[in-house]
Amino acid sequence: MALERRKNGFVQKSSNGFIYPKNSPKRIKLDDKSFEHFEETPLYVAILTYLCYAVLTIFGHIRDFMRRNGLVESHSAMEKDRKGYVPLYHSFESFYTRNIYRRICDCWNQPIGSVPGAFIDVKQRVSTDKNWHFKMTGESIRVLNMGSYNYLGFAQTDGPCADAVEESIHHYGVGVGSTCHELGTLDVHIELQALVAEFLGVEDSIVFGMGFATNSTNIPTLVKKGCLIFSDELNHASLVLGCRLSGAVIQVVKHNDPIDLEKKIREAIISGQPTTHLPWKKIIIVVEGVYSMEGSIAKLPEIIRIKKKYNAYLYLDEAHSIGALGPNGRGVVDFYGCDPRDIDLLMGTFTKSFGAAGGYIAGSKKLIHHIRIHSHSAVYANSIAAPIAQQIVSAMEIIMGKDGTGIGQKKIQQLAWNTRYVHDNLRKMGFIVYGHDYSPVVPVLLYVPTKIAAFQRILMERGVATVVVGFPATPLVESRARFCMSAAHTKEMLDEALKVIDEVGDIIGVKYLQHKMNKS
Amino acid sequence: MDTTWELYEMFQAFLKAPSYHLALEAFLMVWVLWLIFHKSYKPERLELTEKEKEELIAEWKPEPLVPDSSKNHYALKPRVVSGALGKKITVNGTECLNMGTHNYLGLIDSPEIKEAAVKGLRKYGVGSCGPRGFYGTVDVHLDLEAQLAEFMGVEEAILYSYGFSCMPSAIPAYAKRGDVIFCDEGVSFPIQKGLSASRSQIVFFKHNNVEDLERLLLEQDDLDKKNPKKAKVTRRFLVIEGLYMNYGDVCPLIELLELKKRFKVRLFIDESCSFGVLGKNGRGVTEHFNIPVEDVDLISACLDYAIGSYGGFCCGSSYVVDHQRLSGLGYCFSASLPPLQSIVASVAIDVLKSKPELVEKLQKNARFAHKELQRLTKLLVCGDEVSPVKHLRLAADRAEAQQLLEQIVDHMQEEGVALTVARYIDEEEHLVPPPSIRLIVSAILDEEEISSVVSLLEKNSDTLL
Repeated sequence: MALERRKNGFVQKSSNGFIYPKNSPKRIKLDDKSFEHFEETPLYVAILTYLCYAVLTIFGHIRDFMRRNGLVESHSAMEKDRKGYVPLYHSFESFYTRNIYRRICDCWNQPIGSVPGAFIDVKQRVSTDKNWHFKMTGESIRVLNMGSYNYLGFAQTDGPCADAVEESIHHYGVGVGSTCHELGTLDVHIELQALVAEFLGVEDSIVFGMGFATNSTNIPTLVKKGCLIFSDELNHASLVLGCRLSGAVIQVVKHNDPIDLEKKIREAIISGQPTTHLPWKKIIIVVEGVYSMEGSIAKLPEIIRIKKKYNAYLYLDEAHSIGALGPNGRGVVDFYGCDPRDIDLLMGTFTKSFGAAGGYIAGSKKLIHHIRIHSHSAVYANSIAAPIAQQIVSAMEIIMGKDGTGIGQKKIQQLAWNTRYVHDNLRKMGFIVYGHDYSPVVPVLLYVPTKIAAFQRILMERGVATVVVGFPATPLVESRARFCMSAAHTKEMLDEALKVIDEVGDIIGVKYLQHKMNKS
Repeated sequence: MDTTWELYEMFQAFLKAPSYHLALEAFLMVWVLWLIFHKSYKPERLELTEKEKEELIAEWKPEPLVPDSSKNHYALKPRVVSGALGKKITVNGTECLNMGTHNYLGLIDSPEIKEAAVKGLRKYGVGSCGPRGFYGTVDVHLDLEAQLAEFMGVEEAILYSYGFSCMPSAIPAYAKRGDVIFCDEGVSFPIQKGLSASRSQIVFFKHNNVEDLERLLLEQDDLDKKNPKKAKVTRRFLVIEGLYMNYGDVCPLIELLELKKRFKVRLFIDESCSFGVLGKNGRGVTEHFNIPVEDVDLISACLDYAIGSYGGFCCGSSYVVDHQRLSGLGYCFSASLPPLQSIVASVAIDVLKSKPELVEKLQKNARFAHKELQRLTKLLVCGDEVSPVKHLRLAADRAEAQQLLEQIVDHMQEEGVALTVARYIDEEEHLVPPPSIRLIVSAILDEEEISSVVSLLEKNSDTLL
């Protein structure tokens, strides 16, 4: 089996449990839980992909030339009444958007007309001007939803959560209109914060109205000039923005590579701050639990070891892992059986597993007190609306088993089972699937940019909604489709979906795995 | 033959040469040799041994992650509200008249809005479970965007899921390194964050001071004339608020627009406090001054205040707004607004459209409250008459004023009026506004209630000060 995998030619950055460091004196064997697949791009596919981009670019330039000379009609919006102003954005900034993205942009932003549960109603759109504008036809199709982050299936219109939310709407209304420093602290917020802390096994927590802003507005309260941030190269935009706004020095480390991290931390401590060589004030490692684009899971035990050895602090973003990983749904910490108190800052969002919105930061009392006082979001942004908070409370209580039904545990197990089932089957079919077997997002590599559109469109026609991503969200040659797992899916639904995916994979030829896995 | 002759001549010349000349030649020769053969300066490389490295690592002690915070800070003992934040709110168990939250039109409590929210819940659930790109666009989002654009009389609107993230996403979508942003120094914190995220050059002008802005624009114009090549690619922006959250005054839009047109700068207005408040129909500051909305490049507002929902939006021409759909960080990379909140905003806009008298009542109340508040001898009311946001300030130094205002708020709460001191992070603000009580007038109050609140304020400020 190991040999089989080796033949696939996975890249060295993450191999099957072993990492062969070039510069490090030690060989580290990671726990088997860290096994991840990252097959190399087959050469012919890479060449095809570049060729495809070359053709698209040439045609783009031709079309731009024709547009400029009025040979074809330009559909892009023009500025009116702003003669003499410096253009608001450069045209080269939008070459890619205009000539490549626009051709396939019907694959994104499809409006839906229902709850994002196991099935969704996708509203049909038509474009008469080559995807520049869309018109709704008024019809919609019902398809299996493998595109929403509804990991635990809490996106529901009925059941105990929805009932509690309805009551909350009647009691509180929907708006707040104040910040939690002024008059926006509701009793349900206090309840929620206590529950989050209990769920995660830490002392205290604070909640915010938006997950993105939880990162981007709170990192600046923790690090300042003279501090150093080690940020994973694939960190989410919100983390990157937060790090930038903080004014600290940012060093990017290779994706999920503790050896690179350790090497860079050592160098940083030894050489101190650039130019002044003063010692760093503090060093903070910023990583995510599950990387939704790669399907990889942070090698947390290794990172914790490094963090402790070098006295660094650890900021863990569990946006995609909270609720979705671990035997109790408590995220990547629970998955590895680590002590949550070893992580200085636990951050996560309520958008995904809890079917709500917003984000939290949890940790020691001292930390949370500081954030409560200094967080930009706590002082200037409206606190989370009561019905949304209620949804989180109800969902979290179910996950924790406080409702006494065992539904939460069932959901967690169903999600884990679904994830493994889809992973295994996609690999058996011959798709190149990235990442960890337990990752609730399953990325399937398509490489060629035109194929991502074909894959998405044909799957949609056949009743499966999926998300495709290409450049700039991924490296140029690594366009991919992502299947989001959900506890709302049953085995029958998944079998049906897998059958369709199998057919579509054959039609457009994206089964790139050169050495199929044995059925063992 | 020739060579020998030359050598002989050289020898003769050498003999005849004065000694100082020979000395100089010798010196130069030595110098050249030294230059050729001396070792170039190489500082001794400080190669640390492994042991030294380990020592350095062991010695390094970081600062604590966060400093100790004062246990008595107000944020650690927040006033807890149980129940709706409508006309009346229950603060720490006491029922109070609410004059502290931005519920300008009083829509939070309205039964039709609650009913719409429940309907939304039963159709769409709570969360949207994805960003706009990935099945997080619900039809109600598109409806709301169209409705907002229509209401504001612009081509397009874009919806954000957090009011705070509108401006911080919109500004850096256009303003880049090398651009210049002229900004009122009294702008609220989210705009300041947008400015720093843009990495452009920021030029602050004095609050609502048109002359100061003109001076700065002329300075920039001089610079541009000296370097026309650079000026051709330097975008210039003017960022202001319609109604200033921190001061309660309206921007001098007509004069600003003149300057905008003269110097060809892009005008961005944050209308968080003026949307649904100013103008005959609540369309904000452009309607207030009767100015065509196309003259403004981008308008943003949050939906938390007058609309009583959540999130925010930007609107303007399609050319401007559409760019944010791929470049607005808070739009692209964040989960979309929960559909039920979107529905609530839609219904609120419908109410606004069908009942312009609500806006009229709000403005009437605001003017009445302003007149009443001028009765106060100890507290100074700041802001414009028409503004529902009133800042009550004290003539005292910062720390003392802050403390006294807190006491007044506490007393008022005991007597059944919920107010709040305006909160800032002092060390992060560009310019910390003077301490104040931020009193908010809403359309659902009647004149008697306002008068009685002012009387209570008068009583409390007189006893305390």
